[in-house]
Amino acid sequence: MSDYPFEVVDLGETDHVEVGDPAPDFTRPIVSDEFWEDASLSELTANGPVILVFFAMDGTGQAQNTWIQIRERGWGDDLTVVGVSISTPYEHRAFIDDHWLPYRLFSDPGNGVAERYGVVHDHDGMAGLSGARPAFYLIDGDMEVAYCWVTTTWPASPDYDEIETAIDELVARG
Amino acid sequence: MSGMASDDADITLYRHVGCPYCERVVRRARELGVNFHSRFVVPEHSGRGVVKRVAGTRTVPVLVDRSTDVTMAESANILAYLERNYGGDDE
Repeated sequence: MSDYPFEVVDLGETDHVEVGDPAPDFTRPIVSDEFWEDASLSELTANGPVILVFFAMDGTGQAQNTWIQIRERGWGDDLTVVGVSISTPYEHRAFIDDHWLPYRLFSDPGNGVAERYGVVHDHDGMAGLSGARPAFYLIDGDMEVAYCWVTTTWPASPDYDEIETAIDELVARG
Repeated sequence: MSGMASDDADITLYRHVGCPYCERVVRRARELGVNFHSRFVVPEHSGRGVVKRVAGTRTVPVLVDRSTDVTMAESANILAYLERNYGGDDE
């Protein structure tokens, strides 16, 4: 199931929000490099398409790889790029600083957003700690899911080119 | 970075978690029924560039009231301002 020189865990399928579904709205603190404040997803989509990136908590290699990849690819010129993880606002702020991210991240320690999207991933060996399986949701200005990619393996290996194509198509649609 | 407000409040309050001066202002604003939007900053003054830009100081609380075009720091001043503008006649 993979070309990796290491073991990949099969997480199995999950009953997650799908393409064509309305994107569940939520309000959480959104963290920038300067401050955080409550904001809702629908406030972001009011400005056009949004890519909502579920990632493992800040500090994991997965989080670093994901956001460095996104930054290097320069996403965000024609849509809003926003992340969500269970890390606290203080951790998000440090993470944004450490990796020079021109993006904002929702803080969701209670994991309610991942629950609503059906992408919960319990952290093995950390009692009581539940996060998100890596996932990308491309959401249009009407809050409809235009594209999604949800990992079924851990670690995850998102197809960034495919995601980028989906972004370009949605943006071109206007 | 845009800083959109998640509600229609005219007042933005810059604060940090566990700051007693901020809590005093928050408590009084709630008692007066003043609608405001919170923006949280870090404890380190060096990380408060946004507050410096907005208010010329790195201390919090800082209140920004768009309805009156007022920006002010210092909790005692803010409390007096809230009483004066939103205190009503129940005192």
